[in-house]
Amino acid sequence: MSATLRHAGWVLRGNPVTLLAGCGCGLLVLAALLGPWIVPYDPIASDVPNALQAPSAAHWFGTDQLGRDVFSRVLVAARLDLAIAASAVSLSFIIGATVGSFCGYAGGRLDAWVGRFVDVLMAFPLFVLAMAMVAALGNRVENIIYATAIINLPFYIRFSRAEVNVRRGLGWVEAARASGNSHARVVMRFLLPNVLPAMAVQISLNLGWAILNAAGLSFLGLGVRPPTPEWGIMVAEGARFITTGKWWLVACPGAALMFAVLCFNLLGDGLRDILDPRMRT
Amino acid sequence: MSALLEVEDLRVEFGTRHGVVEALKGVTLSVAAGETLGIVGESGSGKSVTAFCVMRLLERAGRISGGRIRFRGEDITRAGRRVLAPLRGAAMSMIFQNPRAALNPIRPVGLQIADVIRAHEAVSAREARERALALLEAVRIREPVRRLEAYPHELSGGMCQRVMIAMAIACEPSLLIADEPTTGLDVTTQKAVMELLAETTARRGMAMVLITHDLGLAAQYCGRIAVMEQGRVVEEAVPDRLFGAPGHPYTQRLVAASPRRDSTVAGLVGESEPRAVVPTGRRLLEVAGLRKEFGGVAAVEGVSFHLDAGESLGLVGESGSGKSTISRLVCRLLDPTAGSIRFEGEEIGAIPAGRFHGSPWRKDIQIVFQDHGESLNPRFSAFDCIADPLRRLLGMREGAQLRAQAEDCAARVGLPGELLGRFPHQLSGGQKARVGIARAIAPGPRLLVLDEPTAALDVSVQAVVLHLLDRLRREEGLAYLFVSHDLNVVRMMCERTIVLQAGRVVEEGRSEALFAAPRAGYTRELLAAIPHFEPQGEPVPG
Repeated sequence: MSATLRHAGWVLRGNPVTLLAGCGCGLLVLAALLGPWIVPYDPIASDVPNALQAPSAAHWFGTDQLGRDVFSRVLVAARLDLAIAASAVSLSFIIGATVGSFCGYAGGRLDAWVGRFVDVLMAFPLFVLAMAMVAALGNRVENIIYATAIINLPFYIRFSRAEVNVRRGLGWVEAARASGNSHARVVMRFLLPNVLPAMAVQISLNLGWAILNAAGLSFLGLGVRPPTPEWGIMVAEGARFITTGKWWLVACPGAALMFAVLCFNLLGDGLRDILDPRMRT
Repeated sequence: MSALLEVEDLRVEFGTRHGVVEALKGVTLSVAAGETLGIVGESGSGKSVTAFCVMRLLERAGRISGGRIRFRGEDITRAGRRVLAPLRGAAMSMIFQNPRAALNPIRPVGLQIADVIRAHEAVSAREARERALALLEAVRIREPVRRLEAYPHELSGGMCQRVMIAMAIACEPSLLIADEPTTGLDVTTQKAVMELLAETTARRGMAMVLITHDLGLAAQYCGRIAVMEQGRVVEEAVPDRLFGAPGHPYTQRLVAASPRRDSTVAGLVGESEPRAVVPTGRRLLEVAGLRKEFGGVAAVEGVSFHLDAGESLGLVGESGSGKSTISRLVCRLLDPTAGSIRFEGEEIGAIPAGRFHGSPWRKDIQIVFQDHGESLNPRFSAFDCIADPLRRLLGMREGAQLRAQAEDCAARVGLPGELLGRFPHQLSGGQKARVGIARAIAPGPRLLVLDEPTAALDVSVQAVVLHLLDRLRREEGLAYLFVSHDLNVVRMMCERTIVLQAGRVVEEGRSEALFAAPRAGYTRELLAAIPHFEPQGEPVPG
């Protein structure tokens, strides 16, 4: 464990960008965990006399049309947005990596069928597909998660399939079988962990993408409903006021969204280096 | 005669994570026009780095920190691209180790040869094609007109290397650097390629630097040989003197460790011969009418043999002979198309390979793989590699007993216990080989399938590993199915030998008899193709 930490330290020293992105992600997670307890105002309580105030010392990000504090809302929204993204990505990672690894290992008919299914899935405009799914399944948070997970699935299947496929003929895979491991065990305990470092990049990029996706769905009025604080809805609601110069209603949640996506995107490469034991000496 | 290439006190450093590593520590060499210089040495000796320096193809982490390289009297140590571009390919050219990887996979080979010509001379596409055709004829590729349009994947390894040679000699360079040109090729192909190289350089008056780890190859084709160790040239002499009376201790060790026609396993590591093994005569493995098809093409056809407990049987053959397929069939990692595999009288060939991991014979039949780097899980420490079969096959749980057992296996193969916590990339080639062997003997097998266990190792490491395997067999009474392309190694390690060609058995017999008086023409051809050196005088005792 200490070796892992020392190695992580070495990687981060060499990649200040990763370190910065890591700090950013840490900040987001902290906001998600502690948000409701550390915000200065109740994010849902309206205070109409103070509506549409520009950013000030009392309201750092200003107030919205109902007088709610935008800063509190942006901070509290981190929990919902990160939770949606994290659950959706873990769901598609677990299913996608398992299915893809087995396909890559087994080859043959299973591989061909799953491959075609993935091709069909990818032929749809993915965001439109997600919209259709949420609309059909019902306007609930868990449906956003399922929809986001399904549209991410093809990437994980393809990626793990390709990575496992190049490794299945290697000596240590045969050695694992000679050591008494079944095919299934070889895939789960030998091949999957070896594919993980490369997939970390994909997971990290995907997290950013899933946040955008969830926000995008909410922006269109699918999924999360007001007055729940959520970055997508806040941008959607604020858009009405942008023509009258109330820029903070869009800019603040928008900037939070951008910050989150950027952090996860930048984190990816460093994460791979940290997880790969071959990068250690 | 003035030297064509002079390397003077060359020093090269590589910047790594752990600071600067000196790869060359003052190398001095010279090559006269038309001469063939051999550079021999083991991995890490700096022989390839020297070649890359001369061609100025050093990777970015490397830096020439001292010394001088002179080509035709001109100092090119720090020459820029403008000086080098007309030299590379035209005045000096290089042949690489893995010819298939060195060719562009998506361009026909004829065009690739023409590219070289057109990079240096202003000729028309038509004329370049004519010359490419003439070159393919010169390197004796059959049907050269058709091969002009061929892509590298459509050619065999030997043919790819011929194409590489054609590219290298296209502009009539005065210096040809061949970096392990025949590593990975079959012996008969190796012989053809080397003869082509020797003849081509002789006829065109080219000088050649032959870099190789194979002393026999260097002895046979070089006029002068330099021995490198750890970034230094330790000895330089004509082959007869070098091998007859090696002066430097390292050369002595190297010469002693190289298998010859008369070497013994103990002799390689300088020990006296142990007592001969007496096979018990108890039948362990019986294979009859084995056949394996891949996509309707038979890779193994009607192969039958038997193996007694405590006996060692050699399987030799070139690539495509089916020897690896047979080893995996016997090891029950592959299902045979037809035929029977009986282990102690039980038909184990009928158990599907996909379910064999649960059978009681799994722990009895184990395998050691060729490429030790590739046969260890990159995410497993040495301990995990050895403990995995103990957990799976002997049902051992985590704890002191498992650790003790794994340490015992490591000790039996001479692997220091403190290395058990390391990952494969932190181990040397020889150490990885030991981990692979320890893993195989861990569940207490009775039959060990050895699939080219020393093919990827340096000769001195090979000598030690062969000695280890030989000792293990004597001490633990294991039976070996020893698969190899190296006939000298098989002769030393095995009582009986089977020669395979294209999936069929061509000859079978006791090793001494088979190697002394081969009956089949193919066996004779194989034996004749082994490059060898015979010491003229008695080697100086080391």
